[in-house]
Amino acid sequence: MPEILFFTLVAAVAILSSILVVAMRNPINCALSLIMTFFCLATLYVMLDAPFMAAVQVIVYAGAIMVLIVFVIMLLNMRTETSKNYVHGVLVSCIVAVLTLFVISGFLKKSPLTGEPGLMTTDLVDKVGHTELIGRAMFSDFLLPFEITSILLLVAIVGSVILAKRKL
Amino acid sequence: MEYEILGLPVWYYIAMVAKVLVVFVWVLLTVAYATYAERKIIGHMQVRLGPMRTGWHGLLQPIADGLKLFFKEEIIPSEASTFAFLVAPLIALVPAFISFAVIPFGSTLTFGEYKIPLQIAAYADKAGSIIDVNVGVLYILALSSLGVYGIVLAGWSSNSKYSLLGGLRASAQMISYELAAGLALITVFMVSGTLSLQKIVADQAGFGWYAWRNPFLFAAFIIFFICSLAEINRTPFDLPEAETELVSGFCTEYSSMKYAMFFMAEYANMITVCAMTVTLFLGGWHGPFTDAMPILSPFYFIAKVYTLIFTCMWIRATYPRYRYDQLMGLGWKFFLPITLVLIVGNAFWINVVGAGNWLGTLFA
Repeated sequence: MPEILFFTLVAAVAILSSILVVAMRNPINCALSLIMTFFCLATLYVMLDAPFMAAVQVIVYAGAIMVLIVFVIMLLNMRTETSKNYVHGVLVSCIVAVLTLFVISGFLKKSPLTGEPGLMTTDLVDKVGHTELIGRAMFSDFLLPFEITSILLLVAIVGSVILAKRKL
Repeated sequence: MEYEILGLPVWYYIAMVAKVLVVFVWVLLTVAYATYAERKIIGHMQVRLGPMRTGWHGLLQPIADGLKLFFKEEIIPSEASTFAFLVAPLIALVPAFISFAVIPFGSTLTFGEYKIPLQIAAYADKAGSIIDVNVGVLYILALSSLGVYGIVLAGWSSNSKYSLLGGLRASAQMISYELAAGLALITVFMVSGTLSLQKIVADQAGFGWYAWRNPFLFAAFIIFFICSLAEINRTPFDLPEAETELVSGFCTEYSSMKYAMFFMAEYANMITVCAMTVTLFLGGWHGPFTDAMPILSPFYFIAKVYTLIFTCMWIRATYPRYRYDQLMGLGWKFFLPITLVLIVGNAFWINVVGAGNWLGTLFA
């Protein structure tokens, strides 16, 4: 019972702050609401017995949004406020969102949950540890995707160095 | 039959609240008296006396300072972004305090059949084994990356050139030094095999401190401490608030209790960093006779933390400030490659010599 209450609280804050991300006029305030949303998601990960995911969520996204804020400060004018009204855009996106909600609930109704527990049960996570399970899966079963991602990141780093330093 | 709330005995809750209170009061007191100690120690190192007027040898100085700041007028600049301006000191202060939740500050106390591990985010289950947050180190890293926001927001929202420069410097500095500090930590995980601080401390029992497990770990210890100094903006890396060029950096426009909050956050961060270094490299609460008398362990922990805090102040009294480009060069061109080499070297050492206590086997 207390878990449900806590979940409702965190989920409410997450939804509210994600609405604020699009509703706020000042880009910095948008970025701050985005952090709040990700922080709430991290809390939900902790409640799902995935503390490693929660910590990584905060570290990665906090760092990424930090860079976003620095960009806003350096590239945009100090007090840029989006003053235009986007009535049509908001209307269309609202319709799309409602339709998506219908589609998702339709899919959920069509395919009822089987009720069988999968491989990763709470007992296993408690016994082996969440970090160990992720590490083992990443470096054995999913080694190829992992290596491909690392090569992609390396290419991105080289690209950014070349873009930033024209004269090497 | 004893009372149970949500399947756990009442004792568990009492112990939890007691631990939170004790640690919080200890951190607050240490923050207050660290400011006094800093002025006194640096004073004596520079052949001055430091504060002498309030109380015996100025002992009441932190209380007087606190009262003064509390009753000062609060000024919000007219062109500031009010919300961010008000919330920034809180964002800086809260992570600094709550990162203490996962640091084990003592061994496990036993009252009859109840076991109480001296770490806030830990408890003993019914079988008697200790359960703590099993990603303790990552939790502290995550919170420290949140703390940067307080400083950057303060710099941006004040709408002043000094503050903005201070905030941007702080963000660049923290992002670059976080990398080297995080990579230095990987050497610890390679030896410990876990992220849980409780288990990391247990692995260092009997003077098997990680700092002298092998030469690579010792180098990692030094680099981690220096990078942490840079991350918490201590001298010689205190460019975000360099008085000579930026007045007071990111907190130039702040007054009253909000300024005090930044001040407290800085000192609380210093305590957290020192406590983390002690936990990861200097054996945590381990010391002579802690097995026989667990009540001694918090005192060893506090002594080690205070020694490191003294070292921070000593460094502040000794070294001049870095130039900004030298600071960036040091972080990216020196510490980062060295930590990468340390990780590879540490891997070789573990495979050839072993992860165990090498010095201990040498003397035994």
